[in-house]
Amino acid sequence: MHELSIAVNIVEMIEENAEREKAHNVDKFEIDVGTLSGVVIDALEFALEEAVKDSVCSKAVWKINKIEAKAKCRKCGHVYSVDDYFSPCPKCMGFGKEILQGKEIQLKSITVE
Amino acid sequence: MCDNCGCGQPGENVTFRKPGENEEHTHSHGGVTHNHAHGDHDHNHHVHDHSGSREIVIEQNVLQKNDLLAERNRGYFEAKNIFAVNLVSSPGSGKTSLLEKTIRILKDKCSLYIIEGDQQTMLDANRIEKAGAPVIQINTGAGCHLDAGMINQAAKSLEVKDNSILLIENVGNLVCPAMFNLGESQRVVIVSVTEGEDKPIKYPDMFQSSNICVINKTDLLPYVDFDIEKFKEYACKVNPDLNFFELSAKTEEGMEQWIRWLQERD
Repeated sequence: MHELSIAVNIVEMIEENAEREKAHNVDKFEIDVGTLSGVVIDALEFALEEAVKDSVCSKAVWKINKIEAKAKCRKCGHVYSVDDYFSPCPKCMGFGKEILQGKEIQLKSITVE
Repeated sequence: MCDNCGCGQPGENVTFRKPGENEEHTHSHGGVTHNHAHGDHDHNHHVHDHSGSREIVIEQNVLQKNDLLAERNRGYFEAKNIFAVNLVSSPGSGKTSLLEKTIRILKDKCSLYIIEGDQQTMLDANRIEKAGAPVIQINTGAGCHLDAGMINQAAKSLEVKDNSILLIENVGNLVCPAMFNLGESQRVVIVSVTEGEDKPIKYPDMFQSSNICVINKTDLLPYVDFDIEKFKEYACKVNPDLNFFELSAKTEEGMEQWIRWLQERD
């Protein structure tokens, strides 16, 4: 259940940024979560509901963007969509791959009053 | 990252304890150790008039705090020529037994330190102390993994000497510790032959992020259905660069390769 510590981290980051912007309320925030990030989006939703309580974003709505993972084959250089680490390259059937996107857990933006 | 106080979130304290010591209620934020009660934090926002709302683009990695601290640890370990190894596995793979044997074989040949991570109890630290290495136990409470801040504090408290080997036994969990870089030199995933050979594709993050895979309890191979070649095939699909050691911490068969790897630090 590392989603709770991730949710707590997200709220801390929102608080720091809101303070820097001298904002006393956050209306909305947006998060990017890659499909290979190891985060279960449903679990993160659940954890965020707890984590935002008594914070600057307690009344905020949030949006979680799912980022589909892409990999580059180490053998032939082909770029393809991946759902997991163990499926081979559809072009050359090689297994080594460099993940180009889809591992991110990122606070994308906040909307403040 | 603080998993436990969470600054305003409910949770238990992380504790750091050497065998024989009383419990300390301390933990660290950004490498700074402090004690505090929940509710200490004051977030005074200056009130300004703003008409309407505005969007601020942040684009910050949520694990950035942990990653920055991990890099700090890495720098500290490199400067002191400490070989830090993060041992990860499911509960019951034999991490502590492997450490006990490793300590007994290596303690007179090189300087070894151990950090033990568990949710509760001093049991592992007591076993390690008996085997003959300086150890500190981190009890994560509800936390399911060690993080870079905990390692920073534990390594300092252990007073790890220059040119040592620091073995970090993570919380037994094949999921969460994969995401938390500790600043280690190498990550070692341990599996035992009593587990299924499909573990690498069921829990790919851990195998993908590790450098070494130790297959433990090989003395039990005649009694279980574990197909070692199939296991390696799955693991190599997830991570073609993974190196394997097959050993039995109980009978010590195959231990010499593991010991040589630790001594040569490659």
